[in-house]
Amino acid sequence: MILRRLRYEIVSRLVAPALLRITKRRRSQGGTGATSPLGPPLESRHKLKELMSAHYLGGRFADGAVPVAYVTSGFPVELLRPFGYHVVYPENHGALCSARRLVPQLSEVAERAGFSRDLCGYARADLGSLLSGSTPTGRLPRPDLLGCCTNICQTVLYWYRVLADRLGVPLVLIDTPFVYGQAPRAHLDYVAAQLYEAYATAARVAKRRADISDLEVPIRLAAEGTQLWGECLGLSSHRPAPWTCFDGFVHMAPIVAMRGTVACNAYYRMLRDELSDRVARGIGGIEHERHRLLWDNLPIWYQIRELATSLAAAGFNFVCATYTDAWAEPGTTFDPHHPLESLAMAYSHVLLNQDLKNRLRVMTELARRFQVDGAVLHSDRSCKPYSVGQIDLKERLQRDLGIKTLILDADHADPRAFAAAQVESRLAAFMESFR
Amino acid sequence: MTAVAAIGVDAGSTAFKLVAIDAAGVILSASIEPAHPKLEAQAERLLALVRARFPEAEAAPLVATGYGRKRIPARAAVTEITCHARGSFFHLKRPHLLIDVGGQDTKAIRVGAEGEVLDFAMNDKCAAGTGRFLEVILARLAVPLAEVALHTAGAEPAVTVSNTCTVFAESEVVSLLAEGAPLEGVLRGLHESLASRVAQLAGRFVDDPRIGLSGGVALNPAMRAALTVAVGRPIEVVPDPQLVGALGAALSALLTKAGNPATR
Ligand code: SF4
Repeated sequence: MILRRLRYEIVSRLVAPALLRITKRRRSQGGTGATSPLGPPLESRHKLKELMSAHYLGGRFADGAVPVAYVTSGFPVELLRPFGYHVVYPENHGALCSARRLVPQLSEVAERAGFSRDLCGYARADLGSLLSGSTPTGRLPRPDLLGCCTNICQTVLYWYRVLADRLGVPLVLIDTPFVYGQAPRAHLDYVAAQLYEAYATAARVAKRRADISDLEVPIRLAAEGTQLWGECLGLSSHRPAPWTCFDGFVHMAPIVAMRGTVACNAYYRMLRDELSDRVARGIGGIEHERHRLLWDNLPIWYQIRELATSLAAAGFNFVCATYTDAWAEPGTTFDPHHPLESLAMAYSHVLLNQDLKNRLRVMTELARRFQVDGAVLHSDRSCKPYSVGQIDLKERLQRDLGIKTLILDADHADPRAFAAAQVESRLAAFMESFR
Repeated sequence: MTAVAAIGVDAGSTAFKLVAIDAAGVILSASIEPAHPKLEAQAERLLALVRARFPEAEAAPLVATGYGRKRIPARAAVTEITCHARGSFFHLKRPHLLIDVGGQDTKAIRVGAEGEVLDFAMNDKCAAGTGRFLEVILARLAVPLAEVALHTAGAEPAVTVSNTCTVFAESEVVSLLAEGAPLEGVLRGLHESLASRVAQLAGRFVDDPRIGLSGGVALNPAMRAALTVAVGRPIEVVPDPQLVGALGAALSALLTKAGNPATR
């Protein structure tokens, strides 16, 4: 156990960063494309890569060394921090598989095992990875605990039940009823009671004692982290915006997967400083920013680069996104002095667990704050809860704000549900309509 | 005699269209052919025909639209949305909602007071609600497109075809006929099914005052009738409905000539 722990720490802290420094040196000899319509790449991306690779590389040696948990993106991960869990986010892993275009092959494994192609691509990729043992990370550790929170969708509930069944490990489930307006007292009490139970279970599995006061530090860190992330996003209200939301999709990995840790916050301090510097020097995320857009829904992971480049070439920059913003929102509600109550509040009021009125409010505020001329609403075949209501949202944005809007049919994970020619021609027509 | 001032090519997924217009936008020459996989050669051949008749066409600017637009050597490639709006506005001359039922795409375009695109919606990846839907099923029934009107001219009531999915509708139609349903009624039902799917798309822009229809299906009276019922409003067929995109492309080419940066 002690030896395993040592190996886990060494790999996470020393080996991964060293390996990356070597690959970085090799890459930087290649130079960057001088003709790209995108702005100069962010320096922070090297640190990001280091951080995430250390996370995944460390994960290979985590089981047996530290307790391991698989959790949904909306799970209150702060509950696990006091016990030193190595936390794996199957959705983040799904995004990695999507970006590397591995979802079709993993999905086929899941489909052959009887899972429908209509399920979310993340679930299919993850189950396919579990069944085949194939993952771009080399190896994922075996979990000791599963943590699922229904604040993002109901798919995760069934997905994690399958995981619990196949892996034979305990599943803690946080049920967060859908919120219309503000969550009533009874709702918050109900969620807080579940959080208490989840905390006790996490302690038991980690063979540690549960002490509520231990939550103070991770909650403070999470509050600070989300606030820092919010500051990074907020800098795009400048013209030109110092980065694009496509960059944001990539740089959001730590706030999703490492929330509540010192490393996460250190990273965002560094990113914020770099972005502030770019603002001061007038460096944009794209070379010539002529129009500013808002993006709704998950990114199309396997097309990020292509989309960013073709839009940038025409002078369009996505300066804000509901998806990246969703990770800055809870920052205001975290309260280290009322740990469970404030977690119940924060995790009940996430974007996908609230009504369309709230979605419209968030989108309107983003559109105003970032002074956008248009919005693209990605209708994501995989993510039903995010895509329902978009036709109404589109109409309201158009009517209330007088901005141009487009609904783009695609899938965030599975390129088999992506028609390149159609997407390309819709986007081109949308851009033509700005003249 | 008026001279060719611009050329528009609409390289669509099923049909290839080329028009040559004079400076006032009047069509002087038009061709429609099934789309050939070698688009470039097809364009070259049709252009040669135009140039043989109108030598000045050699110098006329050309704009291409449609899925194959980037493969045609042209001054600019403009999307079919912008081109359809321009072509349709040229004829209807006021703001309207254009419904274009194409081979692979069905579009609803809100056209503004200057022929600009205000908003648009298109069917998703599947063939339901497009011209392809009718084509596939008519082929299965061995009814040539040109003869559909003959079969649906009578008073036979529609037999409901409940599937809008092309694959399912095909087998549904086959079993309906096997059960003894009359061909005429089934054909009418098919049109209603397609019309309801198109109306769903156009329904997003219900408050538009005037509705225009373009695309090959506009020539099919059964389809016009079914769509009028499904949309609940009179529908005006845009003149030369199959050429609206190509005309819009040619009009865009005229704009480039005038030095207007209206294309890309
Ligand atoms: S359905 Fe949507 S919210 Fe649920 S796991 Fe998939 S992407 Fe996430």
